[in-house]
Amino acid sequence: MTKIDTSRPESVLPTPSHTVGPFYGYALPFPGGGDIAPVGHPDTITVQGYVYDGEGKPLPDAFVELWGPDPEGNVSTTDGSIRRDPAGGGYLGRNGVEFTGWGRIQTDANGHWYARTLRPGARGRSAPYLSACVFARGLLVHLFTRIYLPGDKAALAADPLLSGLDAARRDTLIAQDDGKGTYRFDIRLQGEGETVFLEFQ
Amino acid sequence: MALTQHDIDLEIAAEHATYEKRVADGAPVEHHPRRDYAPYRSSLLRHPKQPPVTIDVSKDPELVELASPAFGERDITEIDNDLTRQHNGEPIGERITVSGRLLDRDGRPIRGQLVEIWQANSAGRYAHQREQHDAPLDPNFTGVGRTLTDDEGNYRFTTVQPGPYPWRNHVNAWRPAHIHFSMFGTAFTQRLVTQMYFPSDPLFPYDPIIQSVTDDAARQRLVATYDHSLSVPEFSMGYHWDIVLDGPHATWIEEGR
Repeated sequence: MTKIDTSRPESVLPTPSHTVGPFYGYALPFPGGGDIAPVGHPDTITVQGYVYDGEGKPLPDAFVELWGPDPEGNVSTTDGSIRRDPAGGGYLGRNGVEFTGWGRIQTDANGHWYARTLRPGARGRSAPYLSACVFARGLLVHLFTRIYLPGDKAALAADPLLSGLDAARRDTLIAQDDGKGTYRFDIRLQGEGETVFLEFQ
Repeated sequence: MALTQHDIDLEIAAEHATYEKRVADGAPVEHHPRRDYAPYRSSLLRHPKQPPVTIDVSKDPELVELASPAFGERDITEIDNDLTRQHNGEPIGERITVSGRLLDRDGRPIRGQLVEIWQANSAGRYAHQREQHDAPLDPNFTGVGRTLTDDEGNYRFTTVQPGPYPWRNHVNAWRPAHIHFSMFGTAFTQRLVTQMYFPSDPLFPYDPIIQSVTDDAARQRLVATYDHSLSVPEFSMGYHWDIVLDGPHATWIEEGR
């Protein structure tokens, strides 16, 4: 039943999602996954935080993918996030020059993750944000959220998503400014302070 | 009391019956698992209690989620889609070819996008340090591959048949043999991670992960089809598995890709 007949639209139905399980760690993460910003770029920000479960315990077996525009709000169409080494078969890493906009970051044993990327610019009617997608053992379908940066209160107030949320839930989507271009964004999968997760239609 | 297979079987049956009743009462078919699926115990503390907030993408074509990260030739090497050639020697196991098309909900091919896979070796052991299963590692098999889809959306991997393996969801829990897949579409909203299974695996009814897809037809879409035309003479057995990415996408972005 897994040959899809594209001449019959009613047979084109989605492939179900599954958990990443516990053993993706030697397959999906790659060196420099969170070093998205070109080296030395003046608009570099650091975003970091923890991923917590419903008991407030950090997850050592989750990963986060970030996807955001450049400071002018342009979306990158550049490949090269996971450049491979055709000679040795390992990873070359990013070239440090081009901005791909995308990164993948495994939480460490403490459940902590970080990324250095470019400060996202605004697009459309939205306040500037990074799209984030969370994967973990135990999570049967990945979760989308957004990391909004604090600062421009007018832009945040006008954002179509944020303006429709009550204050407590809204705040789960806004990173905390720790100064010097560093932001804290914790992801709570369940319970008190549960992060707002999104579905797209 | 240790949790037995019988306990899990009852929970799986109850979840299935509840779903069938919902659909009979007019609820929509569910193509994906619910994140809150208790027979898979690891989901208990890792699913949100609040419903997701819906974003209507038709109201804003500029959303960054309607674009996708790009991957290219420098993100893969020529042998990344052949998991049997990544070491000096040949891995042990039954060689297989797994191929299919990556499509969107409209049945159109997704071209030039990244497909990543990982799997256990033929003995059912992952090359992962936290893996505790007492089965042999294979020095000639890591079990990681990646490729880019071609202009018709086709992907193709050569690997070995993964073995089933035990896990600790309950006593005597075994995962049916599977290959993990990770895919990107033309929009980040289409992102998918899932697992591909092999036809007629006797473990399907006992496994709370495949059974988390409570819709019978949807569950079948996770199972590859044996395809003799994909079998390579005197080399490998062939399996065909097409993948359809869910999630809205901006069709006008795709033109010219």
